[in-house]
Amino acid sequence: MSQTTRPPKPDTIYFFGTCLIDLIYPKAGVSAVQLLQREGVKVIYPQGQTCCGQPAWNSGYRDEARKVARTQIQLFPKTIPIVIPSGSCAGMMKTHYPELFKAEADESEALKVANRVYELTEFLIDVLQVDFTDLGEPIAVAVHTSCSARREMGVADKIEHLLGQLANVEVKQQAYKAECCGFGGTFAVKEPEISAAMVADKTMHIRATGAAQLVSQDCGCLMNISGAFAYQAQHEGKAAPKAQHIAEFLWERTNPSPTLPLSRKGDTPPLTRGGREGLNTSAEVQP
Amino acid sequence: MTTEFRVDVAKALGKTEVRAHFRKAMDTLMTNRRNQFPDDAALQALRTQAQAIRANALSKLPELLEQLETNLTKNGVQVHWAETTDEANEIVLGIMQKHNAKSIIKGKSMVSEEMGLNHFLEERGIEALESDLGEFIIQLDGETPSHIIMPAIHKSKEQISTLFHEKFPDIPYTENVDELTVSARRILRDKFYAAPVGLSGVNFAVAETGTLCLVENEGNGRMSTTIPPVHIAVTGIEKVVEKLSDIPPLLSILPRSATGQPITTYFNMISRPRKADEKDGPTEVHLVLLDNGRSRIYSDPELLATLRCIRCGACINHCPVYVRIGGHSYGTVYPGPIGTILEPQKSGLSVHGELIQASSLCGACGEVCPVRIPIPNIINRLRHDSVRKDTDNTPTQDAGTRRKPLEAAIWQAWSFSASHPTLYNFGGKTATQLRGLIPHNLGAWTSVRSAPQLAEQTLHQQLKALGVDHE
Repeated sequence: MSQTTRPPKPDTIYFFGTCLIDLIYPKAGVSAVQLLQREGVKVIYPQGQTCCGQPAWNSGYRDEARKVARTQIQLFPKTIPIVIPSGSCAGMMKTHYPELFKAEADESEALKVANRVYELTEFLIDVLQVDFTDLGEPIAVAVHTSCSARREMGVADKIEHLLGQLANVEVKQQAYKAECCGFGGTFAVKEPEISAAMVADKTMHIRATGAAQLVSQDCGCLMNISGAFAYQAQHEGKAAPKAQHIAEFLWERTNPSPTLPLSRKGDTPPLTRGGREGLNTSAEVQP
Repeated sequence: MTTEFRVDVAKALGKTEVRAHFRKAMDTLMTNRRNQFPDDAALQALRTQAQAIRANALSKLPELLEQLETNLTKNGVQVHWAETTDEANEIVLGIMQKHNAKSIIKGKSMVSEEMGLNHFLEERGIEALESDLGEFIIQLDGETPSHIIMPAIHKSKEQISTLFHEKFPDIPYTENVDELTVSARRILRDKFYAAPVGLSGVNFAVAETGTLCLVENEGNGRMSTTIPPVHIAVTGIEKVVEKLSDIPPLLSILPRSATGQPITTYFNMISRPRKADEKDGPTEVHLVLLDNGRSRIYSDPELLATLRCIRCGACINHCPVYVRIGGHSYGTVYPGPIGTILEPQKSGLSVHGELIQASSLCGACGEVCPVRIPIPNIINRLRHDSVRKDTDNTPTQDAGTRRKPLEAAIWQAWSFSASHPTLYNFGGKTATQLRGLIPHNLGAWTSVRSAPQLAEQTLHQQLKALGVDHE
């Protein structure tokens, strides 16, 4: 995105955490919120959020998906960006809500939501223009970009752009990098043999790079790939690279005290980093 | 559920040597294509142009088909309409009987595969001989194509050589591909001269001029359409384009998308039978226009995009599912992503409806399609058609028949819960508290993966505790 088309940096954003992060990978969600807050952005996390509706949408159950999506589009009344730490769920809201709500009474409401959706890494780079300083030890990582981040959201280059700011991180390139990991939501369950063959190849190629760690912007892919790594470690004695959501990885490497909790109401802003001062994490913070 | 498809898939996945062969072949095709489009902006512009040409033709399809018929007839080409493959077969048979022809030599035609023409004619004592090298090979082995443009892509040169030696003992076993090709050419050359009828497909039919365009690499298409005294072309009704000037962009993007060739080796434009003062060419030319479900697809504004296809096979070459299971596992004439959307629409969801699950919706197909068919969206739509209740709102045959009570109940329960946040959050909280009870065996998922572990606390709980605003 060129400088001129960059949207202005907002004071406040909505955060949609996704159901998978909610239940299985909340640390990725917390890290994403911390990254956003550190850039001086106030984060609103509507507690009414559940799921974007994608599982039902991709299974053909459109009425059921719409019913859920309808409750979600009401959670974002302010005209501020909606940031989602997943290419897949962002793609659902941005590209498929317009289809799901086509000719429905609340179509324009859905479009208003769709038009404000950003995938997290896209938002960090294109809108917040983050500039990270690496505080971690040297490490080699492999990047898996989800198909939805790559093809629906068009943000395939963002993770490596972010990692490029980290002096001690070397990105290893695996063979067949752009190929699907075989997750595909219900595909993994409905076509388990094909899905298994795909993830077997994916893990083999990642392992072959020698990277100690895998990062991705999508927890669906991570659940698939890391699940296969863990299984192969247990049953086949193979090395299991650590798999992490990009938000968690970035937060750990750029925060002087990664375990520091998020700001609470009444706390002073917790974090200051070289070159930036007084990062206000919330408008509610009382000095 | 173990279906025929799943059994075939499991078998195909177990053949590691064939899989490695497919992978290598598809890698080459993908690399070749990539090399043909070094400038992405130019590629996207050409795709947009090709899409517009095909979409324009489809928007005027009935008129263009009439115009095509008028112009072809004016030129002396006999036009036949077939609603079903049975009708199309009967038309071909009728022409052959009129000429008392006992054999037919065929250029490559996927529509003739769709018709099951070879089998149909053989049952009636007529020899149908494939002259495309790939088709010739699989015909020798009694197989069907595993790819729409490279029908014998599943075979290694060693297998082909063994097959040739077995069927033609005077051909020695050789791993030299050129020698094998020369042998096949020698066998076929005589057949071209002897055949009373030649058959071909059609890549583009130009309405404005009444021209049948045929793209091919081996020259067998030209031989099949010029040497025998009678030429029968078979094609789907969607292959028409409006103007002759529509051809160059399509001809530019087709071979580059398909095999990664800069241009096709042969391009044939057929407009009429031999004129009185001409020395060669067939004296009789027929065109059979086949519907076989295409009108039904045409009647839906979303599904219509399926008919833009120019049969390049790029979606197949780039499909992570196809590369692993190969073409035959699909059990259809057209395999891969295009087959996944076309076959269930042609024959109904109860026949090939299972295929629409065989996609991770990764989008690689849609990304390379030269006419921008939104293949993943159409798969999604067909999944909807397969379980929808308002079946009158879609032309897809057997809509709603794959709706299973248990699955539907699960989605309804999920939908109820996920549209009631209090209930959902309570459920999430409870699930995390009971996470120790989650079984380690989650069926198919855990056959190659460890079970995912639920977090100690949901993100909702954690962000609430951390004081993140909720409105």
